[in-house]
Amino acid sequence: MRAVLSSVCLAALLGLSGCSSAPPAARHEVSVAAAADLKFALDNVVTAFERDHPDINVTVSYGSSGNFFAQLSNRVPFDVFFSADIDYPRQLVAQGLADRGSEFTYAVGRLVVWVRKDSPLDVERFGVKALLAPSVRQVAIANPKHAPYGRAAEAALKSLGVYDAVKDRLVYGENIAQTAQFAESGSADVGLIALSLALSPNLRDKGRYWEVPTDAYPRLEQGGVILSWARDKEAAAALCDYVKGADGRAVLRRYGFVLPGD
Amino acid sequence: MDWSAIGLSLRLAACTTLVLCALGLPLAYWLAVSGRRWKFLVESVVALPLVLPPTVLGFYVLLAIGPFSPVGRAYEGVTGRLLPFSFPGLLIGSVVYCLPFAVRPFAVAFAAVDRRLVEASWCLGVSRAATFVRVVAPLSWTGILTGIILTFAHTLGEFGVVLMVGGNIAGRTRTVSIAIYDDVQALDYAAANQTALFLVVVSFAALAVTYALQRRVWVV
Repeated sequence: MRAVLSSVCLAALLGLSGCSSAPPAARHEVSVAAAADLKFALDNVVTAFERDHPDINVTVSYGSSGNFFAQLSNRVPFDVFFSADIDYPRQLVAQGLADRGSEFTYAVGRLVVWVRKDSPLDVERFGVKALLAPSVRQVAIANPKHAPYGRAAEAALKSLGVYDAVKDRLVYGENIAQTAQFAESGSADVGLIALSLALSPNLRDKGRYWEVPTDAYPRLEQGGVILSWARDKEAAAALCDYVKGADGRAVLRRYGFVLPGD
Repeated sequence: MDWSAIGLSLRLAACTTLVLCALGLPLAYWLAVSGRRWKFLVESVVALPLVLPPTVLGFYVLLAIGPFSPVGRAYEGVTGRLLPFSFPGLLIGSVVYCLPFAVRPFAVAFAAVDRRLVEASWCLGVSRAATFVRVVAPLSWTGILTGIILTFAHTLGEFGVVLMVGGNIAGRTRTVSIAIYDDVQALDYAAANQTALFLVVVSFAALAVTYALQRRVWVV
């Protein structure tokens, strides 16, 4: 009996030590702050990147770009920032928090009017005019104060001439992903969200959308930058190059982004 | 300073306190005097908001009041409006969130009342309700007041649940804590500082009153 017990213990110990030494420790770490519209697209890019670079471990936090900008202004220890608005990386460079000339454009975002599949609104046919239907009680957009997609949505509603009619029905998501969640849960009847989220596996089969004409809002030029306090600049640069390179572009294109140079 | 947000927060705090007095006082009294074996289960449910993160509460409140839930549908049927992103929706979240902050001080105070006084009152032919008003309540008023002040102050400071079910609408669901968050994100530290300072002062005053009430020195 005692022999059995001790052999079980031994096996357990061996198992434990086996587990702890199993995954090869990544030698390089890159932590990324990314705009919430990249939630699914960047996850895909990072998975592919880590497969190609097994020695680099990437962790990504998603949120609103303005939110991250405020945090980065206070030197939050992220290495790379993928913003939904190139303006934020430019300001970080101007403040000396990122290397001069290191900012780059990696994609151009697109805005859609999104409804659930069971919604009575025919957005494909009526476009933004669908928002004028009396059954629309709440329209979700991202907070224009700190989310680039919120500013784009506000500008689009104004230039398409429906802002005054819907402004009392607007509800504000903390970032574009929460805005999508508001619309997806049906709490808001319509959401103005990123095309990249509408095309994501979690939303693709759940709703219908109409793309807002790109001339209705200022170009959503999405920019990235490597912060001056990045721990491993080489690994960070490798990730940025990958996002800008053929593999990254293929994924971003699949999620509906327009790519610089296209 | 964002007076519309402050006004809204004060209104939400006042409504939450009123609702929790109506629901919390009977519940607390039952918890204090009941001899039921399974009472601890109710006590655990009441205390849950103390330990659960606001994300859990916010998530379930959003599902529970959404347009596809029975509650949301019933409300829509009666009023024609939706509960999420509205003041009544926030109020529901607030009441759930503050439940232990009202019920626990109430129950502790009720439990401290000498049962013999209550039973003597009954024996003298005074009804249960009248006994509560004339014997129990006067003997536990510090506990009741503590619960009221804590509920009020805690609602003022509520953030996570509001962020998840509020929708940040000026004058309707943008409470003080959300307004401060927005100002910080927009790097408007001066505005954030003014509103935050207001909240610090009000909260300090509320806690000072609460602790002052608990000092036996005042009791004559």
